[in-house]
Amino acid sequence: MKKLAKKTLSVLTTVLLILPTCFTMTGCEKAEDNSLVVLNYGKYIETDVLKRFQEETGIEVKYEEYESVEDMYAKYKAGSIDYDLICTSEYMIETLRKENELIPIDYDTLEYYDNIDPKIIEMSSSFDPTHEYTIPYFYGTVGILYNTTMVDEDTVSSWDALWNPDYDNQIVQINSQRDAFLTSLVRRGYSINSTDKTELTEAFDDLCQQKDLVYAYLQDETYECMISGDAAMAVCFSGEAAMGMEYNEDLDYCVPEEGSNVWIDSWFVPRTCKHYDAAMKFLDYMCEGEAALENFEYVWYASPNLYVKENEDEETLEDITVFPTDDILDRCELYVSYDDEMLDYTTDLWKKLKAY
Amino acid sequence: MKKFKNGVSIFYLAIIFLFLYAPILVLIGLSFNNSMSRTVWGGFTFQWYASMTQNDSIIDALGTTLRISIFSSILATILGTAAAVGICAMKKRNAQIMLGATNIPLLNADIVTGISMMLLITRFTHLGEASVMVSHIVFSVPYVIFNVMPRMQQMNASCYEAALDLGASPVYAFYKVVWPELIPGVLSGFLMALTMSLDDFTITYFTKGAGVNTLSTMLYTELRKGIQPELYALSTVLFLLAFGMLFLMNVKKEPNQNRKEAKA
Repeated sequence: MKKLAKKTLSVLTTVLLILPTCFTMTGCEKAEDNSLVVLNYGKYIETDVLKRFQEETGIEVKYEEYESVEDMYAKYKAGSIDYDLICTSEYMIETLRKENELIPIDYDTLEYYDNIDPKIIEMSSSFDPTHEYTIPYFYGTVGILYNTTMVDEDTVSSWDALWNPDYDNQIVQINSQRDAFLTSLVRRGYSINSTDKTELTEAFDDLCQQKDLVYAYLQDETYECMISGDAAMAVCFSGEAAMGMEYNEDLDYCVPEEGSNVWIDSWFVPRTCKHYDAAMKFLDYMCEGEAALENFEYVWYASPNLYVKENEDEETLEDITVFPTDDILDRCELYVSYDDEMLDYTTDLWKKLKAY
Repeated sequence: MKKFKNGVSIFYLAIIFLFLYAPILVLIGLSFNNSMSRTVWGGFTFQWYASMTQNDSIIDALGTTLRISIFSSILATILGTAAAVGICAMKKRNAQIMLGATNIPLLNADIVTGISMMLLITRFTHLGEASVMVSHIVFSVPYVIFNVMPRMQQMNASCYEAALDLGASPVYAFYKVVWPELIPGVLSGFLMALTMSLDDFTITYFTKGAGVNTLSTMLYTELRKGIQPELYALSTVLFLLAFGMLFLMNVKKEPNQNRKEAKA
């Protein structure tokens, strides 16, 4: 019995040790050739565009998706995969830039970079002051999605609506630290990037007071909740509002007068980049008009590509849920990332609020 | 009184089954919903079943999932069975140590196994589909061992020795005497490994390379913009397949059992 066991064991272990190595060896050879590793938000590209790019250039794209910004940061920092291109939100790009993780983009090789709206590039200077690291991909705002049968337009033109006791238990606050604080900071006339602790404490007190009226703190489920009419109004991103409005005609979106946040998701080249030329080709393809148009029609967030604006119909362009007007953009601010101390401070307040 | 007791126990059972199956029933219902939303009923449709077969990312993920779970569970079964045979032939103290060692992956949180596999693999090579397969083998092996071990222990070692005494070669004796006794354990170990591999998320998430997606990791990235109804359709198909398989297995088993009872 013992002998046999030993024999079978030794034969099997050799076989099993060799098999996986065969797999990995072939994997190794593949990585050498014409490929590109891209990391993007989930469902943030039209797959046909991706397919066409691969056919036209012969570059094999390994396309990887993530769910939240923090997720992406963890994945990138783990260093297990060498990414060539990443698309993410502006405040995370700023953090990575300060950590020296970005490589400049060679704009001269990009044929279609001129398609990008100079206004949006100008706005990007808050996180890319020298304009050498990023290319904007999509942008949008934070506002209030409301049900027109329960709330009228005038009420939601101010963030005060979220503190209106008439809507007890019908208000959905956003389940994200900075966006929630934004509502009470702006309402008091403070900057959304305020680092003044008395201002933040005031905002915190307001949020605590608001908690009695809040139906739920949601983020991804917000639009489902609004479609089914469970709540009268909700703080959410413009893209999500558009999705909700597609299913329920009673819903409408507005960015209150006091101001709000405008966010920009941009492409950047991380330090781990191994296929720089292919990455430039990919970026150029993303800026190209037709590809951008197809991506826009799939994602339905505001596109910074001028070709898209020229080729979309009036109705879409006038829809403030998709394309914020200049007036709205003027009263909105971009987030500036907090330093470690402020991050700890606000995270602490947020925890206290949720536990209150 | 007896009737009342019966009524209560049936009611209790019904509630348990309701809680177990209600989510699956909701999902099956949604797969026929002619609307992208979870809360709006847009009428009955088969369109998601049709578009499911057209969707490359779903078909890719399904293929990867099947490839990984089938390969990994077959290899894990071979390894695990060999390990069980080996452990039984060991001295008691050594056997105890080996069993303890194989216990560790079972007790470890998935995330710990996942991250340590990732660190280990990236140290020597890069992540890809093979790395997921290797990790799945790692966490499946203990399940196979624990299914095969009791079978080994129940078996009478003298039978094998008797076969040798009667002139059988070790390999011949193994297949004629030991193997038939092990088969049920090996099969249940294989099925266990298969299911564990099919629904694993955490370990796959950490060890997969760029562009490799199994169904569970694909679902995770889809959460951001709401889950596509095609996935409800796919889940329904998978559920029905599993259900059908279980049904067939149980129907086939019964005559066997009857025969055994008749003999006894």
